[in-house]
Amino acid sequence: MATNNSNKSKIIYTALAWGISGMIFFPILWTLLTSFKTEAEAISANPSLFMFDWTLENYSDVLARSPYFNHFWNSVVISIGSSLLGLIIAIPAAWSMAFVQTKRTKHLLMWMLSTKMLPPVGVLIPIYLMFRDFSLLDTKLGLVIVMTLVNLPIMVWMLYTYFREIPHEILEASRMDGCSIGEEIFHVLLPLALPGIASTLLLNVILAWNEAFWTLILTAANAAPLTAFIASYSSPEGLFYAKLSAASVMAIVPILILGWFSQKQLVRGLSFGAVK
Amino acid sequence: MLNKLTMLTCVALGFSATVIAETITIATVNNGDMITMKELSSDFEKKNPDIDLQWVTLEENILRQRVTTDVATKGGQYDVMTIGTYEVPIWGKQGWLTELDDLGEEYDEEDLLPAIRSGLSVNDKLYAAPFYGESSMVMYRKDLIEKAGLEMPTKPSWEFIRKAAKAMTDSDAGVYGICLRGKAGWGENIALITAMSNSFGARWFDENWKPQFNTPQWKDTLQYYVDIMTESGPAGASSNGFNENLALFQTGKCGMWIDATVAGAFVTNKKDSEVADKVGFAMAPDMGLGKRGNWLWAWTLAVPSSSEKSAAAMKFISWATSKEYLALVAKEKGWANVPPGTRTSLYANPEYLNAAPFAEITLASIESVDPKNPTVQPVPYVGVQFVAIPEFQGIGTAVGQQFAAALTGQMTVEQALASSQRLVERAMRKARYPK
Repeated sequence: MATNNSNKSKIIYTALAWGISGMIFFPILWTLLTSFKTEAEAISANPSLFMFDWTLENYSDVLARSPYFNHFWNSVVISIGSSLLGLIIAIPAAWSMAFVQTKRTKHLLMWMLSTKMLPPVGVLIPIYLMFRDFSLLDTKLGLVIVMTLVNLPIMVWMLYTYFREIPHEILEASRMDGCSIGEEIFHVLLPLALPGIASTLLLNVILAWNEAFWTLILTAANAAPLTAFIASYSSPEGLFYAKLSAASVMAIVPILILGWFSQKQLVRGLSFGAVK
Repeated sequence: MLNKLTMLTCVALGFSATVIAETITIATVNNGDMITMKELSSDFEKKNPDIDLQWVTLEENILRQRVTTDVATKGGQYDVMTIGTYEVPIWGKQGWLTELDDLGEEYDEEDLLPAIRSGLSVNDKLYAAPFYGESSMVMYRKDLIEKAGLEMPTKPSWEFIRKAAKAMTDSDAGVYGICLRGKAGWGENIALITAMSNSFGARWFDENWKPQFNTPQWKDTLQYYVDIMTESGPAGASSNGFNENLALFQTGKCGMWIDATVAGAFVTNKKDSEVADKVGFAMAPDMGLGKRGNWLWAWTLAVPSSSEKSAAAMKFISWATSKEYLALVAKEKGWANVPPGTRTSLYANPEYLNAAPFAEITLASIESVDPKNPTVQPVPYVGVQFVAIPEFQGIGTAVGQQFAAALTGQMTVEQALASSQRLVERAMRKARYPK
């Protein structure tokens, strides 16, 4: 009887999990299918899931109209550059908060995180003016800096929670063995927190890749990443759904592949501390 | 030896030519006409080897946000900006745009349609050149109206439209008598309803900038809109903008659609439209008060005052908005694909009139509006379907939300108007009108 109940609930939970996964994945599947339709089929009142005339025309049109690989390269530089720069700043910051705590550490952490609650448009004008004055508008360097600053609170918070999981005694032992602070961080802390650091890096690459406020406002033609590439196919006056879908697929496929290959690392890191 | 010297000189000259080539950055919207301009711009580069073009194409609302930030902070990221008739008078007055006083001797400025030109001038100085212009009109299914036993007049009244919408509705076949914009936004439902309200004798403000939503004319306008959409409109109309209605019309789900004249080319395009050969056109309706319910809009090219390459930018604008460009598009893409609504000479061209069955209605619609006197009563503002003040984007969208709520039945017409009156009064007080 107990086994029957357990089997039943297993089936229900499995079905529920598949149902929810299907709901989450369906818009991506729909975008993918639309990217292979003609514009007329994309807006059809009786849309077909698979039975339509498959075409690659949208992809060839998009590639002919836009410098996809420039946008792609800009996205790579901005997301990886900002994540690495962020790690360089966040690791020592999180170390000091985790192991050299003062009574204000918690407040400081909360304050850092609270900057994420501010709508970005609130600081648009000062940042834009600074970028103008330092000639950073439409440069990859400018975007790397701004993406680092945008994601830094999350990086520090994540690393802080990972570092808190590491026993103090191990670090104390390394100090007693004569390690400097640098050696302690590099030779003891980092190897122990590697899964957490890897997931922080990956998550920030994804966040920076998908960021579509600063990347749209602060770039024009030279540093525009894939978010700007997608935005160039949206239109309130004219039907470009199939081309927009093709552009979207081309923009999300690289990050989906990265997520697919690193999912083990990502899940391991996330369950290591931050979201536990 | 001489050959080597000649070669070296050529290389040096070529190198110096490359070095001095000026790159101008053009920010533009994603639509068919702009994409064609980008495709054909190699013609400009061939004629002007000293100018390189760099393109930034964006969705309309993102573009607006981006160019507004840039022009207001004098960021200087763009040398040519695509802006609408809403921005030009405001930005021109602010000194954010360079006067277009050097478009070249061959640029026939007098040929620009007077209504469009007037909307782009401040103190009689031209601050933007129109790339394409549009008004709004009735697009209808000739087969369905015939089946309903009616005949569409060239200049219908709102009363006739309501009667026709009812007669053309066939719920079993999924055909709705009328499709109108319902999505909330200053460029969405507000564009349509403001243009409608002009023909009902309503206005946004009186001469002292006092909001007028508490007047009977506004009550009549909104009540008519809600009633006709409830009787004969599609389900979920409060989510429908231009694209959604275009998709409905092209797939045969709408009997009538009142929207931008630029849609004429889309609904008659056999490649995308299932009803391409069944579409008729008529002027936007009226109430017999001397104003029709059509709007006026143009996408224009302007040079921000922060651009350091204004001479090259003006050269490009002169090329892109010239008669020669229209001829180039006709040669490469056909007359039906020429950007409409900017030049008088285009509407005297029999080849164009032959290729575009909506051309005459478009011209008549554009000519029938006056952005400086948009309504029956006098107003202190410029703009037909908008009020050209910086506050309008905010208040227009807020009022649009009230009207969308009336359409879905979340509010009554009276409640939506009272709420609109309150919020616009508050916004105008805050902005210290009258100025």
